[in-house]
Amino acid sequence: MPQYLLSVWHDDDYVLDFATPDAQRRVAQVAAFNDELQRSGAWVFAAGLHPASSATVVRSSGGEVSMTDGPYAETKEQMGGFWVVQAADLDVALDLAGRAAAASESPIEVRPMEG
Amino acid sequence: MTDTLDAVFRREAGRCTATLIRVLGDIDLAEDAVAEAFVIAAEQWPKRGIPPNPGGWITTTARNRAIDRLRRESTRVERYIAAHRMHTCDTEPDPTPEDEDLDRFVDVVPDDQLRLMFLCCHPALAADAQVALTLRLLGGLETSEIASAFLLPEATMAQRIVRAKRKLRHNHAPYRIPGAAELPDRLHAVLASIYLIYTEGHTATAGVALTRVDLSTEAIRLGRVLATLMPDEPEVIGLLALMLLTEARRSARVDADGSMVRLADQDRARWNPNLIEEGHGLVRACLRRNQPGPFQIQAAIAAVHSDAPTATDTDWSQIVALYDQLYAIQPNPVVALNRAVAVGAVDGPSAGLDALATVDLGDYQPYHAARADLLIRAGHTDEAIAAYDRAIELTATSAEREFLSRQRQRAATTPHGPHG
Repeated sequence: MPQYLLSVWHDDDYVLDFATPDAQRRVAQVAAFNDELQRSGAWVFAAGLHPASSATVVRSSGGEVSMTDGPYAETKEQMGGFWVVQAADLDVALDLAGRAAAASESPIEVRPMEG
Repeated sequence: MTDTLDAVFRREAGRCTATLIRVLGDIDLAEDAVAEAFVIAAEQWPKRGIPPNPGGWITTTARNRAIDRLRRESTRVERYIAAHRMHTCDTEPDPTPEDEDLDRFVDVVPDDQLRLMFLCCHPALAADAQVALTLRLLGGLETSEIASAFLLPEATMAQRIVRAKRKLRHNHAPYRIPGAAELPDRLHAVLASIYLIYTEGHTATAGVALTRVDLSTEAIRLGRVLATLMPDEPEVIGLLALMLLTEARRSARVDADGSMVRLADQDRARWNPNLIEEGHGLVRACLRRNQPGPFQIQAAIAAVHSDAPTATDTDWSQIVALYDQLYAIQPNPVVALNRAVAVGAVDGPSAGLDALATVDLGDYQPYHAARADLLIRAGHTDEAIAAYDRAIELTATSAEREFLSRQRQRAATTPHGPHG
């Protein structure tokens, strides 16, 4: 069955403060959505990510490996987490993405996986 | 034999492609096969005559050629199997081809055309890609024709179409008619796409029209196909009525010099009575159904205009009421602008300007043109001239610029004072 990456996007300076009611509401919503994915068999994998400022970029060129601080893309929006789901087709994946967007209260990018 | 190969192609290409996408499971494969079948038809039909069911003949020939070729090129068999991921959810997928399949006649299935319309107008595609794909696959137009219709380089249009098809394939977009829950939204995308094709053809009536494919005619053809396939969707009928009633005025929109003629100044004897009659019939059918939607209301407005033997006979208060109804469904500034123009016709230019006061459409040419007209009628000449200048600045076609320049000229030389 086709698999899709559903990624969550927010501002690069976004920090989730779990003490706030807003964050707790979203965490509960996402947990309920994850349960639903597992029950329906759509679940493959999912994870939340630490802020983009915690990222390191590693490059290899002519046997030399170099590292730079920060995320690869210097954009205002960064990926904050993702799901990998399996779905019969695009319309099913888009429906899941709609529910992911409601649960996380963030825009979701849907991207088909190769293979 | 009145049917020419060209006429058969215009009528059948989209239907055949639609069925072959389901049978073969791949857009590119279906397009190639249909093109090949029409080449064979061009060789055989002049000698043997056009078969009684040309669409079925093309579809069967195309299917057989495609399977033959898949068998010869083993790598493409894999592609064929992979391609079957574009499966239909509401029908049984065709099994892998067997030898006896080649004897079976494949007829076009009308629902396939609906599936293809929903695929081409999938909301995951941008509006310009939806339009391009609809014209390519359902209209059977060449990429070069679509490119010139939109005044774009052919390479740009080719890339747009290739990317759209690739996106649908990579994403495993289903080939199906959306279920009841999604249907209103998905259908709206199809209607919007057809209307966009229509308006592109309509606004291009001037100047370069002769060198362009007739997009308005193609949009009406698609609208008729959709109305045949979904006769119980009132908005489908509303869109067709709107296009027909607008089309009825087409030859009166431009004068002998090629400049635009406003609705109020058009020679109504040049309106097409057959299209008006057909459009009115459809509007009445919509009214009886009483499930109003934006296209039906716009069609009703067009019907009120075409009901009036002269511009001064127009029932503007009914038009204001229809715009009120439209604004309740679609509260956007363009609707508010049109409503303000109608208010100006009923209650005078000052009332029209009051209705326009809350509308903000800075870069929208019709806003400045309509405002200029209300201002001149209210006697505010200097402001009117400024509004005409802004409108002229924002006008793309020479016919409209010509018209606005003449209006501006008249405003500048007419003695001041209200005369609306």
